[in-house]
Amino acid sequence: MNIVVLVKQVPDSSAERSLRADDNTVDRGSASNVINEMDEYAIEEALRIQDAHGGEVTILTMGPEGASESIRKALSMGPDRAVHVLDDALHGSCALTTSKVLAAALGTLNADLVLCGAESTDGRVQVMPHMLAERMGIAALTGARKLTVDGTSLTIERQTEEGYEVVAASTPAVVSVWDTINEPRYPSFKGIMAAKKKPVQTLSLADLGIAPAEVGTDGASSAVVEHSKRPPRSGGQKVNDDGEGGVKLVEFLASEKFV
Amino acid sequence: MAEVLVVVEHSGGEVKKVTLEMLTLARELGTPAAVVLGGPGAAAPLVDKLSEYGAAKVYAGESEDLRGFLVAPKAAVLADLVRSVQPAAVLLGSTQEGKEIAGRLAVKLDNGLLTDVTALSPDGVATQTVFAGSTIVRSRVTRGLPLVTVRPNSLTPAAAPATAEVSPLEVAVDEAAKLARVVERKVEPKGARPELTEASVVVSGGRGVGNADNFKLVEELADLLGGAVGASRAAVDSGFYPHQFQVGQTGKTVSPQLYVALGISGAIQHRAGMQTSKTIVAVNKDAEAPIFELADFGVVGDLFKVVPQAAEEIRKRK
Repeated sequence: MNIVVLVKQVPDSSAERSLRADDNTVDRGSASNVINEMDEYAIEEALRIQDAHGGEVTILTMGPEGASESIRKALSMGPDRAVHVLDDALHGSCALTTSKVLAAALGTLNADLVLCGAESTDGRVQVMPHMLAERMGIAALTGARKLTVDGTSLTIERQTEEGYEVVAASTPAVVSVWDTINEPRYPSFKGIMAAKKKPVQTLSLADLGIAPAEVGTDGASSAVVEHSKRPPRSGGQKVNDDGEGGVKLVEFLASEKFV
Repeated sequence: MAEVLVVVEHSGGEVKKVTLEMLTLARELGTPAAVVLGGPGAAAPLVDKLSEYGAAKVYAGESEDLRGFLVAPKAAVLADLVRSVQPAAVLLGSTQEGKEIAGRLAVKLDNGLLTDVTALSPDGVATQTVFAGSTIVRSRVTRGLPLVTVRPNSLTPAAAPATAEVSPLEVAVDEAAKLARVVERKVEPKGARPELTEASVVVSGGRGVGNADNFKLVEELADLLGGAVGASRAAVDSGFYPHQFQVGQTGKTVSPQLYVALGISGAIQHRAGMQTSKTIVAVNKDAEAPIFELADFGVVGDLFKVVPQAAEEIRKRK
């Protein structure tokens, strides 16, 4: 089975993150940039399917030059190769145009299965799998906590508000996964060394037949008008439990009309 | 006035609260028109409630195809409707399904999309809170109409009785939208507690709760306050509470009137999911826990003493 895993480099969600003052895009310069956490679960799932069914695992990333670090990190977990869509004109692309670029790149890769994280920690938009499926005319199985592959048939289990659903489709398909699906492996030293030699192909917009004006800030279908830091919450009253902590808590709740 | 389409979130024959919030918002933007997409007979039990909150029209898309497959058929029907009525805006819930329909609709219409919106002004400028609630962004769709998903608990729903005219939609779904087949839908009993993302009170437990059994304490306080139960990632990863109740970066984002954090240190991963709550209360034995930086009221102490005492005090006052 030919599997492509979408990997996005994002600013580390455990550190301070901000938007740039000049063009309202994510500030990558001052951030420490990492693989989107949920994507590691997608890589792990791809490797497990490869172990059981054979085939090739390819990482696909769209992002600036610096994203190559995350690509090497992804490869160190075990995938065979990577494709990096890299073009200065992509800076500032919205989700809609990103899906156009990724769909074009996927069009060159002939994947049976496209795996990705259910959401990225920066945008948390969750729309990419369905946007890609819509563009490519293939199925999207989203939010999987369990994925079963049987020949060309795919079945997922996904959490819903009411309980869970079992959803099935045939390949080719896009499947997005939550962090409940598996436990990602840590790259081994051997894996890290091997990753340095794995092929990384770079694709430009020209390679994909997309005009620069269709993407990036110019081609974006939405725009940030302004942004500001939310005033930090200031801590309020803090009391030590002197044996009456529970009562004081309820007194506060009562003063706010919650009790 | 142009119509504003509100895609109805519903479950078990009832309208979900986020829909009432969207109808309230839609009234500021144009004439609210609710769109019900579901199986045969889905619309009828919802019409009264939708009318009560100002829907002048209810578009009823009802077909087995709309519930037998993941979102693609819903997006197809909605795209046809948008093309024919040319609405002023389209609002969906910022839920997994709402976002998924919106994503497909954006591609079908080549239309911009804004998700997790907490306010939308009549000139189309939307407000979003990003990066774990630390940054406020105002944005607009620059291609097409405002296509927006609204985060639950963003505004207070207000009734505005109207008489909704029900207008059936023709549902013609082609094979390309039927690729992801729902094989089974399992409803798990959830008791009387409100849904986590819609609840006005959320009581969450963290690593400090210690084990799964002790979560009864969290549940008890939640029930006394009429709230939902949440859990931190540490608590979920330790197996104390099921994943669907996880609040935080990789779980649910909640924005209730009251958030009670019990035995939660307040790592950024957790704050990402609850920072925009109106009032925050915390109980933690570590006086230096970062959760106290957010809390309007904090008790430094043993939650196994503080929480039972608080529960007793609430019972006394009832």
